[in-house]
Amino acid sequence: MAASQMSVWELLSPYPPGWGGVLLTGALSTVAISVCAYAIGLAIGLAGALSKLSGNRLLVGGLSAYTAIIRAVPELILIVGLYYAGTDGLNRLLSALSLPTVEVNGFVAAVSVLGFVQGAYMTEVLRGAILAVPSGQIDAAKAFGFSPLLAFRRVTLPALLPNALPGMANLWMSVTKDSALVAVVGYQELALATRLAGANTKQYFLFFLAAAFLYLAITLVSNLVFTALERRVRRGQPQLS
Amino acid sequence: MRFDWIAKYWPLLIDGAIQTISLLVISVCVGFVLAIGLAFAQVSGGLLSRNLSRAYCTFLRGTPLLIQLWLLYYGVGSLLPLVPGLRQSFLWPILREGFFFAAVSFTLNFAAYQAVILRGALLSVPKGELEAGRAVGMSPFTLVRRIWLPRAIRIALPTIAGEVVLQLKSTPLAFTVTVMDLYAVAYKVRQDTLLVYEPLLVVTLFYVALTAVIARSFKFVEAQVPIRR
Repeated sequence: MAASQMSVWELLSPYPPGWGGVLLTGALSTVAISVCAYAIGLAIGLAGALSKLSGNRLLVGGLSAYTAIIRAVPELILIVGLYYAGTDGLNRLLSALSLPTVEVNGFVAAVSVLGFVQGAYMTEVLRGAILAVPSGQIDAAKAFGFSPLLAFRRVTLPALLPNALPGMANLWMSVTKDSALVAVVGYQELALATRLAGANTKQYFLFFLAAAFLYLAITLVSNLVFTALERRVRRGQPQLS
Repeated sequence: MRFDWIAKYWPLLIDGAIQTISLLVISVCVGFVLAIGLAFAQVSGGLLSRNLSRAYCTFLRGTPLLIQLWLLYYGVGSLLPLVPGLRQSFLWPILREGFFFAAVSFTLNFAAYQAVILRGALLSVPKGELEAGRAVGMSPFTLVRRIWLPRAIRIALPTIAGEVVLQLKSTPLAFTVTVMDLYAVAYKVRQDTLLVYEPLLVVTLFYVALTAVIARSFKFVEAQVPIRR
């Protein structure tokens, strides 16, 4: 077999017959999935947290069920279940409207499922962070005649970010790692690309180690970014420890 | 919704549940023991052991469990037959199984997360209590066994409960390395009967119930040793 004679560097080189390019493309799509899913999660989380705090009975009940169920069920089951339920449901809806069915793009499916799961965790993180903002500050903004939107942008948001960022950083770390689960439903990101490279060359150990270091690099870079962000939103506040 | 398949598949479901629970129990128990060592290496170890333990935790917390599992199962698994004599040894039937690799990787992963939690808890035990122990002449080992570790575990208990639940939720990954755990049974039912949602639903209910049991038991243990904050 040709592959067995190749050196480590030849195997990892970014140009064929090396598999480095496949791995790097996989890493890029892992980052793309994570960023999009995180953005969806943020949007759902913000809407969810604000509606949970609005006190509307129906909204609160529905959202509590959403966050409780999503957080109690294993991610793998959620991803597989929602993946099939989502594509299936969409196609049933389309055929009920007598429209042609569509083949759901793997990327879109992966992103929406991961985003939906992230949204549940994000709702709780943001809800806790908003509750920790002293209510006098928000009342003061109201007293000065701020519109709700302006009060949120100028008072609540800057005040909640220092509380929310550690939780948000954790969620980002978990979405980069959960994105590997998408490999199970067959979308090619870093984990599946690695398995492909391993299966073709029989060098499983080398490629999984390389993939692990790529994930580690993503985590470490994100750590730096979140530390810098936290320093930025905490400016002017007393040091924590 | 059809549930008549349960009549045929319940023995498999029970076997799957046993596999899931044993993966959880093995990884939590062995992982916890490893975590104690890792945490003490970071809190009171020398420069070398401190950095080694920290690097271990960073690596295992910074990479997905799925990759660690596949690294062990496909990577190390493909290297194991090269070890001379291992194929003939009595260990081989165990080393060949996906279950072994799943248990090892879940244990190592749990140990890393748990070590970071325990480290924080060890550091938050009030200094005065440790000094009191030293003052009555406890040896370092007795101090750890009687005061430092029990106090730290009590402080960390709520977080540990959360970690155990998270660990339960990651056990379905074992199905990717041919372990017939509960999720794998649901997968098999789907392939046999072409029912997608019903098996997932049944399995989900089991996970939720197990989560409730874990949460309850930790609440019970916490109530045994009340803590003043």
